[in-house]
Amino acid sequence: MTYEIIRSSGCHTSRDHSLIIGTSKLTGSKRSPVPHTICEKIIARAAGVESVRPGEIVTCKVDLAMMHDSSGPRRQIEKLEAVGADVWDPDKVVVITDHFVHETDPDSIRIQDITRDWVAAKGVKRYHEKEGICHVVLPEGGHLVPGMFLVGGDSHSPTAGAFGCFMIGIGTTDLTGVLATGEIWVRVPHTIRVEVTGALPRGLAAKDVILSLCHRIGLNGANYKAVEFAGSAVKAMSVDERMVLTNMSAEIGAKTGIIAADSKTLDWLREAGAPVNGTGSMSDPDAAFEQIIEIDANVLAPQVAAPHSPANSRPVDENAGVKIQQAYIGACTGAKLDDLRMAAGIVKGKKVAQGTRFVVAPASNRVRDRAAKEGTIATLVDAGAMILPSGCGGCIGLGPARLGENEVGISSSSRNFRGRMGAKSSQGYLGSAYTVAASALAGCIVDPREYV
Amino acid sequence: MAEGRAWVYGDDVDTDLMAPSAYLMKPADQVVRHCMEAVDPAFAKSVIPGDVFVAGKNLGVGSSREQAPQNLQALGIRYVLAKSFGRIFYRNALNLGLPALVCENTDRINKGDELKIDPVAGRVENLSTGETLECEPLPAHLVEMINDGGLIPHLKKKLARKGV
Ligand code: SF4
Repeated sequence: MTYEIIRSSGCHTSRDHSLIIGTSKLTGSKRSPVPHTICEKIIARAAGVESVRPGEIVTCKVDLAMMHDSSGPRRQIEKLEAVGADVWDPDKVVVITDHFVHETDPDSIRIQDITRDWVAAKGVKRYHEKEGICHVVLPEGGHLVPGMFLVGGDSHSPTAGAFGCFMIGIGTTDLTGVLATGEIWVRVPHTIRVEVTGALPRGLAAKDVILSLCHRIGLNGANYKAVEFAGSAVKAMSVDERMVLTNMSAEIGAKTGIIAADSKTLDWLREAGAPVNGTGSMSDPDAAFEQIIEIDANVLAPQVAAPHSPANSRPVDENAGVKIQQAYIGACTGAKLDDLRMAAGIVKGKKVAQGTRFVVAPASNRVRDRAAKEGTIATLVDAGAMILPSGCGGCIGLGPARLGENEVGISSSSRNFRGRMGAKSSQGYLGSAYTVAASALAGCIVDPREYV
Repeated sequence: MAEGRAWVYGDDVDTDLMAPSAYLMKPADQVVRHCMEAVDPAFAKSVIPGDVFVAGKNLGVGSSREQAPQNLQALGIRYVLAKSFGRIFYRNALNLGLPALVCENTDRINKGDELKIDPVAGRVENLSTGETLECEPLPAHLVEMINDGGLIPHLKKKLARKGV
């Protein structure tokens, strides 16, 4: 649907432009004499220089700027006016509504109206209204090509790194700067390489890998750094799963997370209609990583983060038995097709425990439709799941999945800061879709390996 | 150089604490009242213009929401000191013209201490304890931006100069 709209609205030029980015400088990978990481190569290309070193401050031209209904027009209009500038290139702006959608209160309704009117007035054609959560709709909309340099008005923007893109989250004023000039200054980050070796055992997912990393290095363990994920377990992961790693690199303070594109990435993007040609950059074999962290997937246990931080992640045993009122499969992090399939695999033919709400909000309409077509949604509903429309919702304590006073919930989302999922007194736990679904059946936090 | 009273918090003060999600669709003046309420309901009520927000490691971890530093600024916070910052919060604060200074020794500061801060020299004088603490000086291009009042006035000036 989206592609139809984009094509028929004459957006060819910008798409073709992405194609040029994708084929010329990126894939030609002229080997520079000094070895570089993927991120350094993308930044150098965007800065229009031969090469960059970590620590250097450079100004980059932005290939695409993404924003949602919270960081977007409602906060940009006044700021752009104050600068006295207009949008530098409407074809390079993507607007996706997800935070305050399915609006019923006057504030949210107003925000949706402002957003819709603004994109129309500015001629922004890459607009996705209520199609799902921005970090999932961005690749689904065919906007990404490996090697792009992007900014997003949201902290989980590094998600696009799963497609070999360099994408950083920025605040609204930084975004105004980009909208006005098409440029942004960045300090070239050092890169930490996370090697996930071995293979994930049954009942484990990318979420367990990243939660264990949150515990191991802490919320600022990768502050200002880029994190490049590699290794056999990452190679074996689906693109959906890889997105969990880059998405939650935000939780370790990283500037971005990235995974070199391979044939899986390209197939995924092609299917989404992206003008892909070539794989983009790879880190040179002798590139200088600031640190290499090894995670042995073979011996990993399912992880659960206790309130109120993803860094409170521990093997599930340590939180097993905690009684829950809600199990939530949702958010850009934890409600993609693979997550829904994991959950369905666990609950198939079973029933959710009495006294537990099992709530599923697919990450996008495309995910929902695919899951419906293959029967995954029906399996979830049969087990007692309540299906919500796609949006941020429960991840930020909005809508029907909001945790009430003193309630305890486990969620496949990315953050469990105090009060984020609902009432200040609520207790939010994080886990994989397997763990969340198994806990829904048990009515308390359990080890999903006993259910797969 | 300015003097102000210190509000002191620990590590990992996240953006949800400074700007709770549940109020984000509300107008700014309403969000501001809920700043820090989950851990310190007195803060938003008692902070006065010129006060200094002091924290430990990783201040502003979490979301990209600019309402976090914006709320501090709206409540009158003049400087933010922390051992380290969440990267987006750091950029957001500076972009708003709110100096965010990296200071290794924020645990030498107690709640209510009178601080005298020189952001260019990178010096924090604790008038209550008599101690002088160092902070990292900001890169030149950021000092220029803060002196202009933040990114918006800075860009306006730059674009006007270019004659755009
Ligand atoms: S689902 Fe949650 S983490 Fe993802 S964009 Fe929405 S609010 Fe952010």
